[in-house]
Amino acid sequence: MTAEIGQYSLILAFLVALVETAACLVGAGLRDRALMALGRTASFLQLAFVGGAFIALAASFVNNDFSVTLVAEHSNTTQPLVYRFAGTWGSHEGSMLLWVLILSLYSAALALFGTRLRETLQARVLGVQSFVASAFLGFSLFTSNPFARISPAPIDGAELNPLLQDPGLVFHPPILYLGYVGFSMAFAFAIAALIEGRVDAAWARWIRPWVLGSWIFLTIGIAAGSWWSYYTLGWGGWWFWDPVENVSLMPWLIGTALLHSSLALERRGALVSWTILLAILTFSLSLIGTFLVRSGVISSVHAFAVDPERGIYILGIIAALTGSALVLYAWRVPAMRSGAMFQAISREGAITLNNLFLITLTATVFVGTFYSVFIKDGQGISVGPPYYNLTFIPLAVPLLLLVSFGPMMNWKRGDAGEVVRRLRWPILGALFLFGIFTAIFGIARAGAMAGVALGLFLIFGAFAVLASRWRFGVQGVAHRIWSTPLPIWGLALAHAGLGITTIGISAMSAFQTNVVVQMTPGQAVDLAGSRVTLDSIAHVQGPNYEADRAFFNVESSFGTRELVSEKRFFPVSQTPMTKAGIGMGIFGNTYISVGDRANDGSIVVRMWDHPFVDWIWAGAVFMALGGMISLSDRRVRVGAAQKAELPAGATQTI
Amino acid sequence: MNRALALIPVGLFAALLVSFYFALGRDPTHIPSVLIDKPLPGFSLPGVAAGTPGLSSHDLRGQPILLNVFGSWCISCVQEHPMLMELAREGVVIDGIDWRDQAIDGAKWLDQNGNPYARVGNDKTGRTGIDLGVTGAPETFVVDARGRVRYKQIGPIDSDTWNNTLLPLLKKLRSES
Repeated sequence: MTAEIGQYSLILAFLVALVETAACLVGAGLRDRALMALGRTASFLQLAFVGGAFIALAASFVNNDFSVTLVAEHSNTTQPLVYRFAGTWGSHEGSMLLWVLILSLYSAALALFGTRLRETLQARVLGVQSFVASAFLGFSLFTSNPFARISPAPIDGAELNPLLQDPGLVFHPPILYLGYVGFSMAFAFAIAALIEGRVDAAWARWIRPWVLGSWIFLTIGIAAGSWWSYYTLGWGGWWFWDPVENVSLMPWLIGTALLHSSLALERRGALVSWTILLAILTFSLSLIGTFLVRSGVISSVHAFAVDPERGIYILGIIAALTGSALVLYAWRVPAMRSGAMFQAISREGAITLNNLFLITLTATVFVGTFYSVFIKDGQGISVGPPYYNLTFIPLAVPLLLLVSFGPMMNWKRGDAGEVVRRLRWPILGALFLFGIFTAIFGIARAGAMAGVALGLFLIFGAFAVLASRWRFGVQGVAHRIWSTPLPIWGLALAHAGLGITTIGISAMSAFQTNVVVQMTPGQAVDLAGSRVTLDSIAHVQGPNYEADRAFFNVESSFGTRELVSEKRFFPVSQTPMTKAGIGMGIFGNTYISVGDRANDGSIVVRMWDHPFVDWIWAGAVFMALGGMISLSDRRVRVGAAQKAELPAGATQTI
Repeated sequence: MNRALALIPVGLFAALLVSFYFALGRDPTHIPSVLIDKPLPGFSLPGVAAGTPGLSSHDLRGQPILLNVFGSWCISCVQEHPMLMELAREGVVIDGIDWRDQAIDGAKWLDQNGNPYARVGNDKTGRTGIDLGVTGAPETFVVDARGRVRYKQIGPIDSDTWNNTLLPLLKKLRSES
């Protein structure tokens, strides 16, 4: 019964989304306020129906309704409640539903809070949003119905992949989707602007919070995914250049470009057509990120169900959305007002350069990910870390160098000499420390030390941005610090966060060490200045697995601590899994994973010392925090556009 | 803005769509046709640890065997591993290629998880993997007694693929030779 309610809700949501698309777009075209109001109401209805379908599916998972195919394939009675619930979005069909749910949530939010927006603009944005929603609701209904039944129903279900039975899975996909889908709002605003043929500062103010919010979620989502793979995969890597990771990195890179160009648009009215293009591209890459990995175009180890029939549908959706957006772009943009002019050496110029680097980086990752698609019989080829080391890093380094210079530039017309003078202490400091580090750790590690120095330069540069505001002023220093605008704090924090991540990556690449030993209880091993003792091994029974649990004692100059590492075995799916013991610290982690137990009672132990590895994720947290602080500024949060009465037959500037 | 410039994104996108469309037509689990029923491309790989034998294409003669491509960095390989251990216990001959991996890491991985392989070669650069048309690990080739590739399994072997595909094929190949 629950599944049928869900099924009907989904069908109704699809129909409502179609009505909403028509009402909004036609209503805006005719300036018919009743139609536009209908569109707004429809967006609330759509949320209610999609929400109903999602709750129905979640209920089927929680209540172990194995007559629903999806539940039977992805859940099991022994699975703890939280993972039965998380199983709702642990499969292709379920995650589609989550995706549309978030999309509907955003649309309803715009309908509710966007009352100060020009009414036609709001209606057009909602129209595009519901068009996207109807495409994916249709996809869900026609090719991947989450509510399909099986008969006879099995007594018990198969199991959710044990790797996915982890707190990381509970949060990772929803956060990532909040980011991906959020870019649909920027996309919808871009389309609406193209239809209306005009872009103004109010428009830029409206898309900025959506872009910023999505970027924050995506940053956290990617970092959480990386952290999840670090601690569940049991060998301590944090990034694999796997297609599934790459497709989340691409919208982040180009979304970062969009974040900066929309700033130039809002402040200076510059980079108009460029920002629109970026908004279209960012969402298109999000679509590719969510869906192309499921189409069979490329194969990845952790892709969802691969099915060519779905692939055709997905490709159709991408062709329709991105294709029509780009056609509209080519048609409308040449007639639009071009952006404000600026000199090459200026804040706008720096942002343009930043955008060019970010786009090239995105293209690099894109080519690496889809390489096999572009060449004949390309299935034999897959590119790996060597490709990215060769292409990504040489492009990322100059971009990182540029980061500290940008905020020091003046808008419109900058002075390169002046900027270097303002940054002389960060530059000298970073160079000095580079020399010291290289002297200490040897010329062989000069590359990694340059990375660390670069990270420090970013942090110093972020301080310099704040300091240069605090140095001059009429009132006292305390007042100047207090009155620093929130976006400046956000900028400094985010750029410093990037520096922290850079330091983490560089230090990790240069200094990580590992030991592999066969250990019996009582035995001790030295690891990077610590002494690791295996205290005891116990056999334990978990809720849906059994495990060998090894207790370790780690003595270092910072004190002693206990670490527990497990080798789990899930009988239902016959899958082993390693649960690493991780001792975290500011200066590095001790990472212990255990292997199988030998007959003599000994156990194979792999231990790593991962210096500064947590800085990689801490930096991402700082970036996200910076974004949040920036977002909490009233001027960003509240669009200042006035809701004016629509004069009948008013002409628009095209 | 220049109209010609504005058309560039559409053009690029159209080209991309066409590429993707043709890629869809290809089954990603499909074996490149050039390799089926052809002899394995020649290779000679060192062992994963000092003193252990390596693996060369000449070794794969005389009896039908499985050639499994794995790596210490590969997640799905850990998932597949118990199945290979089980098959090795049942007497199936499995040779391994430690693909895109440092030999020392491959050796440690085998120490930790158990070694189901008769012989293991280390393909550090991934060059042999390219010749074999490996798209990702794990992948398993069924090689007949004359050293010809007869089948390629992409992704982990589970009891289903073993019982329904690989075992019947191996039985047939044994009766052939």
